[in-house]
Amino acid sequence: MKHDPILELGVRLALPFIIIFALYVHFHGDYGPGGGFQAGAIIATGVIMHVLIFGLEKTQRLVPPSVVEPAIGMGVLIYIASGLPGMLFGAGFLDYSIFGNDHLHAHEWGIFAVEIGVIVTVCSTLIAIFYAFAGRAKS
Amino acid sequence: MEILVDAVLLTLLVVITLAILFQRNLFAVVLLAGAYSFLMASIMLVLDAVDVAMTEAAVGAGISTALFLATLYLTHGKEYLQPNFKFQSILVVVLAGGMLIWGMWDMPEFGVMQAPLHENTAPGYLDASKNHLMPPNVVTAVLADYRSFDTLGETTVIFTAGIGVLLILRGRKKPKKSKNKAENSHEA
Repeated sequence: MKHDPILELGVRLALPFIIIFALYVHFHGDYGPGGGFQAGAIIATGVIMHVLIFGLEKTQRLVPPSVVEPAIGMGVLIYIASGLPGMLFGAGFLDYSIFGNDHLHAHEWGIFAVEIGVIVTVCSTLIAIFYAFAGRAKS
Repeated sequence: MEILVDAVLLTLLVVITLAILFQRNLFAVVLLAGAYSFLMASIMLVLDAVDVAMTEAAVGAGISTALFLATLYLTHGKEYLQPNFKFQSILVVVLAGGMLIWGMWDMPEFGVMQAPLHENTAPGYLDASKNHLMPPNVVTAVLADYRSFDTLGETTVIFTAGIGVLLILRGRKKPKKSKNKAENSHEA
């Protein structure tokens, strides 16, 4: 792909805001619209935009596939792991009441833990699928 | 005012759908599909389903468009016309569509409070969020708390889909290696 300085600068300027917005959507999911799935999709869009403008090699130096692919499974494991403390303390799988004394805060922490699993899986799955497509296009 | 917005959005949706049907240039079809997703996101926004609108805009308009473009790069950019028009397929489409419309008559009217959806569990969810027992965003509370098991299943589905796509796209490498091996053994 030929270099276009305006597009490259645009992506460089926009990318931090995209990532910050995604993190806002993720951590603010309890209060506003959004959550792990939306945030993961937004981060993946940012990475895909980087691939489209800078090419696959440069992006894979920043976000290597060796990190992205294990993360697909890690997300599910994080989700399951956040349900286990409940079982250990006798409350049941994915029961959030043991995460705090007050009902609201306990459940907020539980949702927070679970959503981290969701964001990791969604984000890495979308990036890995796009890497697979883009890698084929090159060969 | 809301009716006007709805009417404009839905009309555009129909126009874009027809354009997708009659367009033969697949590059244009991909871009139209992206526009379709953005319109759907706007409609979700009008329906106050901001979470869904966000997902639709990011996944439908953003990532799918990029994936379709990557696929087009690998294949041809033009759709081939089906040579013969099959009567059976039209019959199946008309029957399935007719059954969906027929089933629609039994659904409660749009936005009616007496619908079963609003009478059983939903008031409890809304009350819990109102009384500060649960996070204010009811959607997040339902997804990640009340229906946490479902979301675990969904996450596993995404994981499975991702692994499946990776296996299909990577599967091409293996025969190449075995070919090389076969050639090597042939040479030896």
